[in-house]
Amino acid sequence: MATTIDRTGSAARPVATRPVTARSGQAAGGRGVVGTLLLYAMLLILSVIILAPLLWMLSTSFKTTGDATALPPQWIPPTPSLEGYTKLFADAQAPLLRWLGNSVLVGVLHTALVLVTASMAAYPLARMRFPGRRVVFALIIATLFVPGFVFLMPNYLIVDGLGWLDSLWALVVPGAASAFGVFFLTQFFASLPAELEEAALIDGANRWQIFFRVVLPLSRAPLATLGLLSFLASWNDFLWPLYVLFNPSQLTLPAGLATLRGAYATDFPAVMAGAAIASIPVLILFAFVQRFVISGVARSGLKG
Amino acid sequence: MTTIASPRDRTDRPGGPRRSAGDMPRRSTARSPHQPRPWTPYLFLAPFLLIFGTFVLAPAVSGIWMSLHNWDFFLPDRPFVGLQNYVDLFTPDALVAQQFWESMRATGLFVLLSVPLLMAIPLGLALLLNQRFRGRTFFRAVFFAPYVLGVSVVGLLWQYLLNGNTGLVNGYLAQLGIAEAVPWLTATPWVWVSLVGVTVWWTMGFNSVVYLAGLQNVDEALYDAAKVDGAGRWAQFVHVTIPQLRPVLLFVLTMTVLASANMFGQSYLLTSGNPSNETRTAIMFIAEVGLEQFRMGLAAAMSYLLALLLIVVSALNFLFLRQKES
Repeated sequence: MATTIDRTGSAARPVATRPVTARSGQAAGGRGVVGTLLLYAMLLILSVIILAPLLWMLSTSFKTTGDATALPPQWIPPTPSLEGYTKLFADAQAPLLRWLGNSVLVGVLHTALVLVTASMAAYPLARMRFPGRRVVFALIIATLFVPGFVFLMPNYLIVDGLGWLDSLWALVVPGAASAFGVFFLTQFFASLPAELEEAALIDGANRWQIFFRVVLPLSRAPLATLGLLSFLASWNDFLWPLYVLFNPSQLTLPAGLATLRGAYATDFPAVMAGAAIASIPVLILFAFVQRFVISGVARSGLKG
Repeated sequence: MTTIASPRDRTDRPGGPRRSAGDMPRRSTARSPHQPRPWTPYLFLAPFLLIFGTFVLAPAVSGIWMSLHNWDFFLPDRPFVGLQNYVDLFTPDALVAQQFWESMRATGLFVLLSVPLLMAIPLGLALLLNQRFRGRTFFRAVFFAPYVLGVSVVGLLWQYLLNGNTGLVNGYLAQLGIAEAVPWLTATPWVWVSLVGVTVWWTMGFNSVVYLAGLQNVDEALYDAAKVDGAGRWAQFVHVTIPQLRPVLLFVLTMTVLASANMFGQSYLLTSGNPSNETRTAIMFIAEVGLEQFRMGLAAAMSYLLALLLIVVSALNFLFLRQKES
């Protein structure tokens, strides 16, 4: 059962089992020295386009305000300085580490909520028969096609009614209503062989035990995928936190960084210091888990 | 052990309670050997349905209700106005209608400009990454990296890089002898080049990865067969890669159209909707009207109009996709 899922992960493709000569067009064998050089030249140019702005961000964050706008552009700070960082850390209106903490907290709680609620909902939809199953499933799937901004105005009122305006709960809970997780996991659960459940039922297990001891342990890969996608979505969410959070200490990184544009409009080292603090932890984390993130995204694409 | 009831037992005991033909499962994968307690599935569903009901079903209905009222967040009176909010959006001399359709134009323009590039460039990138070479995983990660930064970092970073007077881009252009500073963030058509360019830089890795997974599912034998028939690289691309990739292409198309139609952060951070609101997108205008001016009924009406348009577009895409698959 897992093979139908793993097939989409790039690493799982049985490369070694095929003779190299058979892998015609795509193989290294079909490429001369010139072709290889050309390939690496293109990859290098593209990498520079991707990485140069990030290096410039880092470099500028260690410059003085004057050096940040010097011409010709200076990649190595002529007079290295921590001004940008110290200025930000001294500013009570821009508690950057607090924003980082808020973003992580919201991301983790939101992801946990999605995993628990979506997997619990997907299990009966995929593997039980009960009155209303079709209606519930159709209702959930139908909302996959409704763009999220439709819920913006009414949800603002609902969140206000719950007393969640300017609270991180406004970022944790409403997003978990997304149909994607249920849809994604229902498809996976439905692909599990019925024999597994039957064996457990014969052993006297009930549905809850089967769910926790049989279905979930077999679903680590799709759960990890859904978790990573949920975390990324929460981490990158911009519009909603911008409007439901007000107090500087309550903001998440995306909403907080946006406020820097006003206070530090021309203080580029400070703004880049903020951007650097926001991006370096994620980039380091990404470096470690990139395989999972990328195969997760790939998998979600093929599911759709 | 009294609950043992394998599927075979059912046919052996046709008269058994609650085992009529209507209960028989239609798909073998969803077979359940014994009937669960009737409320069990609902208990499993309850947490999700609670959240789903509160933040999706309820707002879907109350949003329509709001759009039929002159609904101001701070005013106690929210009189019923019928379809007036919608009518206002179609009244040519009403200011709000002009602004709304200008923002729809900005969104439409962004979709038209960004989607072809976000379809083609990532496909090229995926074909590049689908070759076998050393460092493949590394480069794939590099190209995906901007996506994990989020729109806020990307917006701040490029606002600085594209700054008309002090930005790195104009700095290098000046060194190349282009003396006149390009107004990347303040004048058309440059604002569109910037918004589309930054979006491509930010999200091309995402689409590439989806394509790449599709490419790796293409049967190698098809390429071998094409080669035997004397097909060159280009012929292989046109006659094998593209047809095999069709479902993935349509999926990426649907996703990218929706993402571009939802564009907000790039305009908000890079151009603030300038020059003279030309890059103020529909989402940006809806958020302004609803969550800054708090004319929420009107904003709700605008969201429904835009959503209707997008639902039609994605439904067409979906039907097309289904048709091609079968």
